[in-house]
Amino acid sequence: MQGEKGIIYFDNAATSYPKPRSVFEAMEEHFFDIGASPGRSGHRLALAASRIIMGVREELAALLGVNDPLDIVLTKNVTEALNIAAFGLLKAGDNVVTTAMEHNSVIRPLRELEAKGVEVSVVPCSLLGKLDWEAFIGALKPNTKAIFMQHISNVTGGMMPIAEVGKIAQAKGIVFIVDGAQSAGAIPIDLQKSNVDIFAFTGHKSLLGPQGTGGFYIRKGLASKMSHFACGGTGSRSEYEVHPDFLPDKFEAGTPNTIGFAGLLGALRFLAQEGIANIRAHEEELTRVFSAGLEGIEGVSIYGNLDATSKAALVSFNIDGVSPSEAALILDEEFGIMTRVGLHCAPLAHRSIGTFPIGTLRFSFGYFNTLAEIHQGLRAIAEIADRFKRATF
Amino acid sequence: MKEEGYSVAIFESVYHVLRCEKIMKEQKIEYKIIPVPRHISSDCGVCLRFPTQYQEEVLAAIDDKVEVESIHPL
Repeated sequence: MQGEKGIIYFDNAATSYPKPRSVFEAMEEHFFDIGASPGRSGHRLALAASRIIMGVREELAALLGVNDPLDIVLTKNVTEALNIAAFGLLKAGDNVVTTAMEHNSVIRPLRELEAKGVEVSVVPCSLLGKLDWEAFIGALKPNTKAIFMQHISNVTGGMMPIAEVGKIAQAKGIVFIVDGAQSAGAIPIDLQKSNVDIFAFTGHKSLLGPQGTGGFYIRKGLASKMSHFACGGTGSRSEYEVHPDFLPDKFEAGTPNTIGFAGLLGALRFLAQEGIANIRAHEEELTRVFSAGLEGIEGVSIYGNLDATSKAALVSFNIDGVSPSEAALILDEEFGIMTRVGLHCAPLAHRSIGTFPIGTLRFSFGYFNTLAEIHQGLRAIAEIADRFKRATF
Repeated sequence: MKEEGYSVAIFESVYHVLRCEKIMKEQKIEYKIIPVPRHISSDCGVCLRFPTQYQEEVLAAIDDKVEVESIHPL
């Protein structure tokens, strides 16, 4: 594990590490004992593979508060899920509303659609990353087809007012798509009770699964109003040369990353066992202690809201006198601390909080981080801040 | 394989079949997942086989929850 290698991994917002042992064990079992392709053949190994995929849907449905597991589509990552939503829903002449804190996996598909005649409205956010509510309401037009909004910012850890936005979207008949990349597995989520129409998630961050897994929940009745993204073999309706229009097959062409989903199933069972509330409590504590310590270090600028109870377990900051990339290199080489530096694939977010184009240092904590590691991180930052106190750059 | 007295229910995809499997287990109804007989359909590869005498119970159990495409006696 990481402790033995002398490294501290504070880059969980990029991908979680380490993974629970049960993830590896599930993948190992699949590799040696199952191996078959789900949903294609009818033999016992293929059925075992199909049951893995079904198990993933069922565990996710339980975790996210979804009634029907077949309303959960599986993809290779959350970016693919967001692309399916954007390209499946929006046509030239539609208006789409999004925010100035979004990740490129929301912004880039929308900008591409903008070049094809979709009107894109980006609602400004404050220096702390908070949505300008009045500007948001003002952005909603008669031809607004959809709202694309993150649940949690990967730059500041701040949370968008999803419940309130959902109510407005429902009242106006606007499709509400939420980017749950940073929230699924990190905080309790109940989709059936929400007004979210599509919730995109990834398997390899707070869900603690392997890379190459992700997907989205889609509200009943919406899929029939969308065009499919990729088409091809699904193992169903094989005599037809036309792609199926029922879920989940409509959005699941081709063979999935079955061994990856076997790992994700192991992870989801781990999460169910540990309990999201416990995981959240631990990560909140880490964030609280870190933020409190960081505030006490001279020469450090912290971005976003500092209240650990209303944000995810990540903090963006800068150290006076040293560029974030240089500081990150020192943290890696001298202190064995892994962080992510720069724009975090979210240039708009950095523009909003005033750190464009240099970006920030980002520490993002996970379930397996400890308070001892937090204190080591704080000592490292204090040392670097002191070293560059009188430096000019 | 003894095929007397069995029927099969055909579904849109294997995941629909697995959804049924869960319900059959909960309700303790005899079933088996078998490859779809070619003479019936090329849909999804597998189907739910059950003793024909239990057809009503099967359909009642999955009624609102999973959509059946068709039922065929074997």
